[in-house]
Amino acid sequence: MSSLPALFGVLVFTFLLMRVLPGDPAVFFASGPNAGKEEIEVIRKQMGLDKPVPQQLLLYLYDVGRGNLGRSLMTGQAVTTDLRDRLPASLELTLTALLIALVSAIPLGVLAALKPGSVIDHGVRLFCALGVCVPTFVSGLLLIYVFYYLLGLAPDPTGRIDVFTSLPPSRTGFLTIDFLLAGDLDGWWAAFRQLILPAATMALFVIAPLARITRASMLVSLGSDFVRTARSVGLSWWRIVVTYALRNAILPVITIAGIVFSTMLGANVLVEKVYSWPGVASYALDALLSSDYAPVQGFVLLMASIFVVVNLLVDVLYGIADPRVSI
Amino acid sequence: MTGPLLQIEDLHVTFSTRRGLVEAVRGVTLSLDQGEMLGLVGESGSGKSVTGFATTRLLDVAGRVTAGRILFRGQDITKIADSDFRVLHGAAMSMIFQNPRAALNPIRAVGLQIADAILSHKRMSKEDAAEEALKLLRAVQIRDPEKRMTAYPHELSGGMCQRVMIAIAISCNPMLLIADEPTTGLDVTTQKVVMDLLVRIAADRGMATILITHDLGLAARYCQRVVVMEQGRLVEEAAPQTLFRHPRHAYTRRLVAASPTATSRIADLVTDDERSHYLAMLAACKPRPAPAAGTPLLLDVKNLAKRYDQGPPAVADFSMAMAAGESVGLVGESGSGKTTTSRMICRLIDPSEGTILFDGESIGHLPARDFHRSPVRKDIQIVFQDPNESLNPRFTAFDCIAHPLLRLSGMRPGDVLRQRVEQCAQRVGLPAELLPRFPHQLSGGQKARVGIARAIACQPRLLVLDEPTAALDVSVQAVVLQLLDRLRREDDLALLFVSHDLNVVRMMCDRTIVLRNGCVVEQGESRALFDNPQTAYTRELVDAVPHIGGAPAAAAAQVTGPGVNNVRSL
Repeated sequence: MSSLPALFGVLVFTFLLMRVLPGDPAVFFASGPNAGKEEIEVIRKQMGLDKPVPQQLLLYLYDVGRGNLGRSLMTGQAVTTDLRDRLPASLELTLTALLIALVSAIPLGVLAALKPGSVIDHGVRLFCALGVCVPTFVSGLLLIYVFYYLLGLAPDPTGRIDVFTSLPPSRTGFLTIDFLLAGDLDGWWAAFRQLILPAATMALFVIAPLARITRASMLVSLGSDFVRTARSVGLSWWRIVVTYALRNAILPVITIAGIVFSTMLGANVLVEKVYSWPGVASYALDALLSSDYAPVQGFVLLMASIFVVVNLLVDVLYGIADPRVSI
Repeated sequence: MTGPLLQIEDLHVTFSTRRGLVEAVRGVTLSLDQGEMLGLVGESGSGKSVTGFATTRLLDVAGRVTAGRILFRGQDITKIADSDFRVLHGAAMSMIFQNPRAALNPIRAVGLQIADAILSHKRMSKEDAAEEALKLLRAVQIRDPEKRMTAYPHELSGGMCQRVMIAIAISCNPMLLIADEPTTGLDVTTQKVVMDLLVRIAADRGMATILITHDLGLAARYCQRVVVMEQGRLVEEAAPQTLFRHPRHAYTRRLVAASPTATSRIADLVTDDERSHYLAMLAACKPRPAPAAGTPLLLDVKNLAKRYDQGPPAVADFSMAMAAGESVGLVGESGSGKTTTSRMICRLIDPSEGTILFDGESIGHLPARDFHRSPVRKDIQIVFQDPNESLNPRFTAFDCIAHPLLRLSGMRPGDVLRQRVEQCAQRVGLPAELLPRFPHQLSGGQKARVGIARAIACQPRLLVLDEPTAALDVSVQAVVLQLLDRLRREDDLALLFVSHDLNVVRMMCDRTIVLRNGCVVEQGESRALFDNPQTAYTRELVDAVPHIGGAPAAAAAQVTGPGVNNVRSL
């Protein structure tokens, strides 16, 4: 509830920002470059752009309040429908990427922390540095070049599924899960193969912060008094590292993972473009380029809401993981 | 088995630091019989803890045993591989640590932690281990043991955490228990209860115990033999009474003198040779002139209260008065509201109710946030508990002392300021060449001096001291206490001394106020109050203080119960 004012602020700010940006949607959507002044004027009136900005804002807020985010001029569909169609694709991609990132970053961080200054530690550091400094479109293209062009292991990077596979009945919108629910393992494999390269590309970019924070908090944990206590009573190595040190070290990682997830969801537009992934980010970018106001505003509102939800989720997770925190 | 349980021969431990190798322990030789309780006494940096950690192989990665042998049950355990040592850890030897709350895993229920320790050495089901853990919680006399099984460390008090730690340490019946400052940071009454418990458990189970402590009184009360360490060397070893009545080594003499006892005065805190200097200084101070009639009291506090939203009030109905140059002690256990009271008087937090008159002027109603603008801010200064935490790490000692002069006295940087700061430093005995140093380059005692110099820089009339020596070694504490007493006499400075150390308060303060749960329990002239406490609570506090000279026989008789005798006869 306390996040409502923030969401409202985001909404108004984006609305005003779109109005300030150069570009006139009416000109853009007129029938052609030769469209006359009258025609543009008519379109402008249709879209309500002739009214003063405050009045436009009020009308927009009124619509949003009733759950209507407006209509996209590009696709001709309601923005809510467009977003609902594309959001699962983005979510599936981002969640998979986060999963890959966590599964590789946490062991890497732990290994680096167990032997600080060793070859492993430096190796992890080098890997993280590479992951951060190579832009996603470069690493994405590189992965495509290696796994699709050279090795032929990956399918062609065009969207979520190749055209010949019949789609499963949509239940969650996540193709891999829908295929599983439908019991279609071949379809699942096809969707999974499409998913893995873009997800890996995104994961590469965020492994670094996650691995570094794991290493740092693991070092603190390993040097703490309670790990010394655990050693003093002769607990096994595994129990000391996993149950005592890692469970304590994982707490800051949860917080960072939440932030990373929100950032990935919004910033994965390059990956979506490289892999022709039909997600919300590339949708918003197209809309922005064609001065299509409603989708951009809708997208920002959606991202802000997801950010709020993710933060809430992180708080809940934190509360479960750490008995000292009460929510 | 014949021979001592533990025999340390010519132990050397070296730490590799950024500044090269540092020898923390240089040739310690000692032995410990089964069931014996040995006190290992020394100040910080004496290597007493390092000796303990070397024995249990829990040294930091930087530390290494470079020479010597540690024979445990006749076997040299410095030669054992790490993987084999795990069998000894917990099962044959275990440790209790200084900060019990940090020593427990914060996100694991304490019952599970005890069970973990049991399961690492015994083959049994989880349910049996939990049952065993519950028995151990009963053995350490925790209230509501069933409920505490699922509690997390942050839900327990410091004393209870230490009981849990003891339960973990004794879970597999080790033969050797090393307690590293087990009660430092606990209240005196809790300290007594925990120590009594520890001694009884050790006696019942025939465990040999090494008590590592900086507190001579504690070692005297509980140990059969005491070893004194200084700078990594063992300087003296004797029965406690011999050691404290007739110390042979110069360092032991200084240490014994510096430890406050029930009868010592501030002048007694140094050895005989050094005392004359202090007494000469005292004689030089002119006696305080009696205040002129009609002078208002320096501080007059009436019906002070502080309430927070939840729970009982932190302070309820606190009244006191003090005259210029007087020293008043505020004692009580943690949670008694003594720090809250002192913070309200220094106007760092706002009281919920009550009036504070300073020099006849009401200052209680000024919001704490704006009090720094009041002219009275200069007159009331505070010395904080932890000299490490209360100095800005980016400020040199000079900057720290100059800061209040710049902010409150309106001085400008320049020669006058420099002279003034140097003068302050000289008064607290801080060499001028230390002034450009940063806090981390100073020792604990030097930092305490900087904190005091900062507080007296603006020539306040009331100095509030919040446990000013709690973090210091006894010999440093002795010097700091003498310093404070001298400043009080020279400047007619009033001291409000907040402390849990009754011996220190008894020496330093004319009058003492005992607080409990935010209420005044008893107050009066210090000596009378401590010699003849009127309330049960004060008596309990006074009795809990371990003394070097005071009634060790009774304590020893109680401690050396049947258990120890049995072990002795083995």
